[in-house]
Amino acid sequence: MGDGAELLVGTHKGLFVLRGERGGPMEVTARRFEGVDVEYAIRDPRTGTCHASVTSGHFGPRVWHASDPTGEWEQSDGPAFPEDAGATVKRIWVIHPGEEDGVMWAGVAPAALFRSDDGGRTWSLNRGLWDDPTRARWEGGAGGLCLHSIAPWPGDPARLSIAISAVGVWHSDDGGETWRRRVEGIVPRYLPEEARADTMDHCVHNLRRVPTRPERMFLQFHNGVYRSDDAGETWLDIGGEARGLPSDFGFPMVVDPHRTDRAFVIPLVADLDRTPPEGKLRVYETADAGESWRALSDGLPQEDAWHTVLRQAFAHDGGEPLGLYFGAESGEVYGSADGGETWRTVIEHLPPILSVRVSG
Amino acid sequence: MAVVTLRPPLRDLAGGSGRIDVEGQTVGQVIGRLEREHPRLQGWILDEQGAIREHVKVFVNGDVAGLDDAVRSEDRVHVLPAISGGI
Repeated sequence: MGDGAELLVGTHKGLFVLRGERGGPMEVTARRFEGVDVEYAIRDPRTGTCHASVTSGHFGPRVWHASDPTGEWEQSDGPAFPEDAGATVKRIWVIHPGEEDGVMWAGVAPAALFRSDDGGRTWSLNRGLWDDPTRARWEGGAGGLCLHSIAPWPGDPARLSIAISAVGVWHSDDGGETWRRRVEGIVPRYLPEEARADTMDHCVHNLRRVPTRPERMFLQFHNGVYRSDDAGETWLDIGGEARGLPSDFGFPMVVDPHRTDRAFVIPLVADLDRTPPEGKLRVYETADAGESWRALSDGLPQEDAWHTVLRQAFAHDGGEPLGLYFGAESGEVYGSADGGETWRTVIEHLPPILSVRVSG
Repeated sequence: MAVVTLRPPLRDLAGGSGRIDVEGQTVGQVIGRLEREHPRLQGWILDEQGAIREHVKVFVNGDVAGLDDAVRSEDRVHVLPAISGGI
């Protein structure tokens, strides 16, 4: 990685393109989509094209794309439900490059998956998931019934995993034609014990696949952190105070693209108090696949720090050492150029931050 | 033809024209034709199920109107963001 960096920061009041020092102070190079929610924005590393999901409180959600995020953006055709689906897209939570040329995936609320075969210009509903016979039993979490995580299998376009709040983890081995739900090992402790066996209410908050070992996945649950080493068929509890986490609740999650045992989370107290434990803003790292966790806090506020970091607001830059960035609802972005050992304030006073992704 | 008045951002999506003459016997027909003549507006006023978006208001001669309400020649149709929308 060079010394410079570019971030796409989605906020409650538009997209902010930040440029500056890697892991350090940055400036607002451009603001786009002024005044409306930008839930998510990425640059597709295959093409360099940027994609943003934008929701106007008046005029609804849509995906936009641009070759230069500081330049003109063009709206895409969709994602939108076909008439026979009887639904309307409320929010587009995530956009993710697929494994085939031109293929993009988008996850929306109400929980559905859309596919683009033309680099995000047009979108079509994945009927296999939409028509799943269990859908009538699906319920959402506080953020609504939403598909927020998409994890393709590197090099194999047939294999794809997704996560839905609050309906668990789903896998497809045929490019999305058919789906199977897999939650074995995940314990929904927010339900009475006698209600857990048959429930579909598995509130997954984040799902990440380790790119260099694709059968390994990490998962942030509503109350727990989990790992799978069998491609998401079964899940192992890797959370808890005994392993070093102050809380099992949280949303953001990053996996190291180079080291298969390394992942990061940013815990919050609980569902009823979505603030950092003890008012200390800390990132937690595991370097042993969840056997233990340690706090990374050097440079982060450790007194009266009541930030909330949302699901999509934590990202890495793929560098070595790994660059990390996260943004808070209170408008700060923090960065690290050394894998989280030390942190600096990248920028302050932005609107509430919904997503952070590294784009350059 | 009805005279449709748009404000930003709808005006920008309609090519910058804030007043557009549009054929149609009902509000639904007027908006449908407006979308066909200005495809970038598709999905902004009506959702994918064909309903007026929750936080968009359509007025005909100053009265709030629905898709089935009649529109006559020279009627003034305003399409506006509702005060209930936005954040």
